[in-house]
Amino acid sequence: MDWLLWGIIAFVVIFIIWLYNSFIRLKNQVENAWAQIDVQLKRRNDLIPNLIETVKGYVKHERETLAEVTKARTSVMNAKSPAKKAEASGELTNTLKSLFAVAENYPDLKANQNFLQLQEELSGTENKLAYSRQHYNDMVMRFNTKIQSFPANLFASLFNFGKKQMFEVAESEKKNVKVKF
Amino acid sequence: MSKLVHFDEVRKNNIRTFFLFLIFFSLVLLLGAFLGLYMGSLAFGMIFTFFIGFIYALIAYSSGRNMLLRLTGAKKVTKREYPHLFHSLEGLSLAAGIPTPEGYVIESKSMNAFATGKGPEEGVVVVTTGLLDKLNREELEGVVAHEIAHIKNYDIRTMLLAAILVGILASLSHMLIRIAIFNPRGGRDGRATLFFLIGGIVLAILTPFIGEAIKMTLSRKREYAADATAAVLTRNPGGLANALRKLSGDTNPLEVADAGNSHLFISRPKRKKKWLEKLFSTHPPTEERIRRLESM
Repeated sequence: MDWLLWGIIAFVVIFIIWLYNSFIRLKNQVENAWAQIDVQLKRRNDLIPNLIETVKGYVKHERETLAEVTKARTSVMNAKSPAKKAEASGELTNTLKSLFAVAENYPDLKANQNFLQLQEELSGTENKLAYSRQHYNDMVMRFNTKIQSFPANLFASLFNFGKKQMFEVAESEKKNVKVKF
Repeated sequence: MSKLVHFDEVRKNNIRTFFLFLIFFSLVLLLGAFLGLYMGSLAFGMIFTFFIGFIYALIAYSSGRNMLLRLTGAKKVTKREYPHLFHSLEGLSLAAGIPTPEGYVIESKSMNAFATGKGPEEGVVVVTTGLLDKLNREELEGVVAHEIAHIKNYDIRTMLLAAILVGILASLSHMLIRIAIFNPRGGRDGRATLFFLIGGIVLAILTPFIGEAIKMTLSRKREYAADATAAVLTRNPGGLANALRKLSGDTNPLEVADAGNSHLFISRPKRKKKWLEKLFSTHPPTEERIRRLESM
């Protein structure tokens, strides 16, 4: 019965190779999706100094709001893990919202072409951030489902593939309905 | 969390593509056999048509995207001209994890859209000006998401191939009929000519049937799948449902649609149809699509 034993061994080896490769493929997809989020986060962070510079001249009594935006921006830059980044990013979104709400009280600022363009670009970037977050979370879900399901979970820990973190935002920021099938 | 419908779709499309080629080349060989019987060498006829079909398919596949864009009169547009279209394209392609498709526009009052290309790397989304004018942002997002779903699932490649192969079959069978009618050897052997003529006519009648059947099997389920993926991408099935409702109520004819490309569009283009096309509808009824979207 030697051939049977060898057959089983060959089958197991091939299965493990296939499993390993699918872990790698999914992991790379997650990393690629993360890079897409990072692009949008960087883009937004790059726009903010310009925005502060433009707004500063118009709003005299809103030092605090501006300082909060700058602070949130720095914490997005410094955050390392997806969860921390998500939290900081949500905070930045909120401070930007309050900055734009404050701007409503300054007609001169609202007429400033530069300001309008920055506002447009920032809201575009926020949208793209939301979409890339969605893609990232989809990919993380696939990866996590893969490494948690049997028998893949036995090998996932062996090869050191751990659960990935979602990029989650505070409940208040979610507005769209969930889709169920 | 929602089920991610689109991941199986890519594999299904690969299988569909395989069968598409299988059917196509069997038909080509059958046509070749008829030609061969007439010319006196079965092998010669089959090799001859196989060769022509193969070369033709190769050329059409590599230039199919641009040919289709030219035939439909679609013009490439920039973000500056149509910012709304591009916002949807950029955002939804990010959500789908594919490169941003190019945007093309057809000048027409009719509301419609399609996507094409060999794969996500060279995907194109085409919309009519009527669609851009009459849909709101959510509805446009729904339609763009549906087209992006087609790109992501590789439906565009299968649809492009279906359009090309059916077109080739049609022109091959026309060619054979012409040979039969204007053939130089007609006088020599009356019986062979008659046999060939009847065979050619039967095939010419059958080919479009088979062509329509091919397109039909490819189309229906795929539309539902793309609708579902669009709902996942936008997290808003209502947008696409409303868009479909507007599209089905649209009475403006789409001038550039024809039998060869009508299966590509999101909503069956309004135009005068031949009886054969009425028999084989490539699109599921819009009401059913709306119902499914609204029950999500």
